[in-house]
Amino acid sequence: MYRYDDYDQRLVDERVAQFRDQTRRYLAGELSEDEFRPLRLQNGLYVQRHAPMLRIAVPYGLFSSAQLRTLADIARRYDRGYGHFTTRQNIQFNWPELAKVPEILAQLATVQMHAIQTSGNCIRNITSDAFAGVAADELIDPRPWCEILRQWSSFHPEFAHLPRKFKFAVNGAKEDRAVIQAHDIGLDVVKNDAGEIGFRVLVGGGLGRTPIIGEEIAAFVPWQHIVTYCESILRVYNLHGRRDNKYKARIKILVKALGIEEFRRQVEAEWAFHKNGPSTLTEAEVARVAAHFVDPAYESLPATDAGYASLLEENKPFAAWVKRNVRAHKVPGYASVTISLKKTGVPPGDITESQMELVADLADAYSYGGVRATHQQNLVLADVRQSDLFKVWQSLRDAGLATPNIGLLTDIISCPGGDYCALANAKSIPIANAIQERFDNLDYLYDIGEIELNISGCMNACGHHHVGHIGVLGVDKNGEEWYQVTIGGDQGNKAAIGKVIGPSFAAAEMPDVVTHLIETYIANRHEDERFVDTVRRIGIEPFKAHVYGNRQTEKKVAHA
Amino acid sequence: MPKVIRNRRVEDDARQIVRLAEGETAETVAIPAGPVLVPLAVWQARAEELAARGDVGVWLEAAEGAELIAADLPKLAAVAVNFPAFTDGRGYSTAALLRTRYGYSGELRAIGDVLRDQFQAYVRCGFDTLQPNAGRYTDAQLEAALASLGDFSVPYQGAVDEPRPLWARAQRGVAA
Repeated sequence: MYRYDDYDQRLVDERVAQFRDQTRRYLAGELSEDEFRPLRLQNGLYVQRHAPMLRIAVPYGLFSSAQLRTLADIARRYDRGYGHFTTRQNIQFNWPELAKVPEILAQLATVQMHAIQTSGNCIRNITSDAFAGVAADELIDPRPWCEILRQWSSFHPEFAHLPRKFKFAVNGAKEDRAVIQAHDIGLDVVKNDAGEIGFRVLVGGGLGRTPIIGEEIAAFVPWQHIVTYCESILRVYNLHGRRDNKYKARIKILVKALGIEEFRRQVEAEWAFHKNGPSTLTEAEVARVAAHFVDPAYESLPATDAGYASLLEENKPFAAWVKRNVRAHKVPGYASVTISLKKTGVPPGDITESQMELVADLADAYSYGGVRATHQQNLVLADVRQSDLFKVWQSLRDAGLATPNIGLLTDIISCPGGDYCALANAKSIPIANAIQERFDNLDYLYDIGEIELNISGCMNACGHHHVGHIGVLGVDKNGEEWYQVTIGGDQGNKAAIGKVIGPSFAAAEMPDVVTHLIETYIANRHEDERFVDTVRRIGIEPFKAHVYGNRQTEKKVAHA
Repeated sequence: MPKVIRNRRVEDDARQIVRLAEGETAETVAIPAGPVLVPLAVWQARAEELAARGDVGVWLEAAEGAELIAADLPKLAAVAVNFPAFTDGRGYSTAALLRTRYGYSGELRAIGDVLRDQFQAYVRCGFDTLQPNAGRYTDAQLEAALASLGDFSVPYQGAVDEPRPLWARAQRGVAA
């Protein structure tokens, strides 16, 4: 992973000093609430229901065992013993005291971490593929490019007060695991016919109140020019994005209003002026950054470990976990392990301090000290020998981290919702837990197969509900919490926004609603067809009929 | 006399900012003697008369792009960009365009809701003069705020004040 040099370290140290002084001036009354707000937000600090919420950056989801141990220590000392991984591959704490935040940031800086630009109307933490560098389907490693863009965007003086937040995602594999089509800028690292590296650039995607799939603004921007190209997009957006209405301020609204051709023309006009300027990348700089992401010293191993193969035969629970939570690796004899943070009854994405320490120990013992956060709110040990998988599984199982449900119905993406978030219209976690309880039978879960269920407690769509195969959105109706359901959403290469199936439901109805959706799928599916593909094929009507048909019947029964 | 930060020093400054009050028009508003900054609309209505004075500058509102004043830059004693709220970041790009695209090298002043926590960003985008709203800072606070100009000693990316990114101007470490 990327390791700081003296310059990187100085910047985070200076940030700690700056924020310490800003917090002091705020507490002394020299900075007003309004003046302090954007400053604290750009340091990941929200004011929430219980206390400030601190969101710490995990750049493109990559971190180390030492960093995870520090997060565990922070959870213990400043919070209530747990943290929450988010769909932006960050981690957040819900209970720190404002006055202690500078101390927390100082502690983070000792392990090359920070909370820079994890919130606010600036360029946010860049997300990427959690399997970058190890995925068998990877074409180009996106990590060096993420780091180059991270450095370019950190404290960018021109883009610290954009019309709204701005999110990048970078993908370098055949399968898009970074949801690049739902980002303000989505970058696909590609090679052209001549074998040169460049970027396919998408712009104007995003979820939230107005969900939009991004459009291609450039089919191929040569790598030398990616910084100046992005800078051109940001400048057009900074000057012309709407500032009169925060709900219409994202770049997607500007792109829609102008049309992609006109937006492209404006960006190209801007780019023409600084295309070959001083920010044009050089081979030496790319090589310097890329040197941080070379493979660990993998051993030469047989493609299949004999002991592992026999354990798979003998031990059903282990085999079930391997089937769901272990992925093929580009290097023979290795595998990537997804650690499920989706045990029934635990808020999706939550992890305790002792679990963090266990994961850090496992990373040191079995995965070259590296850990990754996925945008599905799980963790990954990317480089585990097959021969170690059984030991890793046993340790994870003992810690409640081996739920064999990755990619299944109970692997729910969920925002913290109304239990924690001041923006939420409705709770998310109890809905997730109720659905997990309903589908706790593993055989049934496996029979249902691959499906993504995403829950957001409000329009802001932190739970990415629009791109869930089943999406659940918390809405407020006259002070009561209701849930609107969409189906047919998808992330990845065929990203799509789900369609609303009809009027919203009360919380207590949600497990039944999901059950009826699943029943409809099972009654209609072709062999090996995923839920979302059945929805694509037969449309939403049969699902709707079953869900609302049952619902009316139940009501009649109830009134009889 | 109001104080401004100019080239990283606190200085007295006599330049008056003319803002149109309700009922006043660009054509008829009285322009005081001495150095002034007038709204773009006033300049556009009376460019000839004002240019002859030699001490007139123009201030742009956040929505008024740099291109609107580009042709007149040689005639101006100063250019300012107004920040109606410090969270309105258009002025950063406007300043960058004035300095780079249009080659303006005279005084470029940030006015309006100009706060110390943004001082370094203003300077990096090409402002040489910073004028917070009257009364926002005491003289002592303004002196203390000079420290904010050095919040980040070695920024990563190129900007107007130093167009080369860090990697192009420093020998950086390679992975261990």
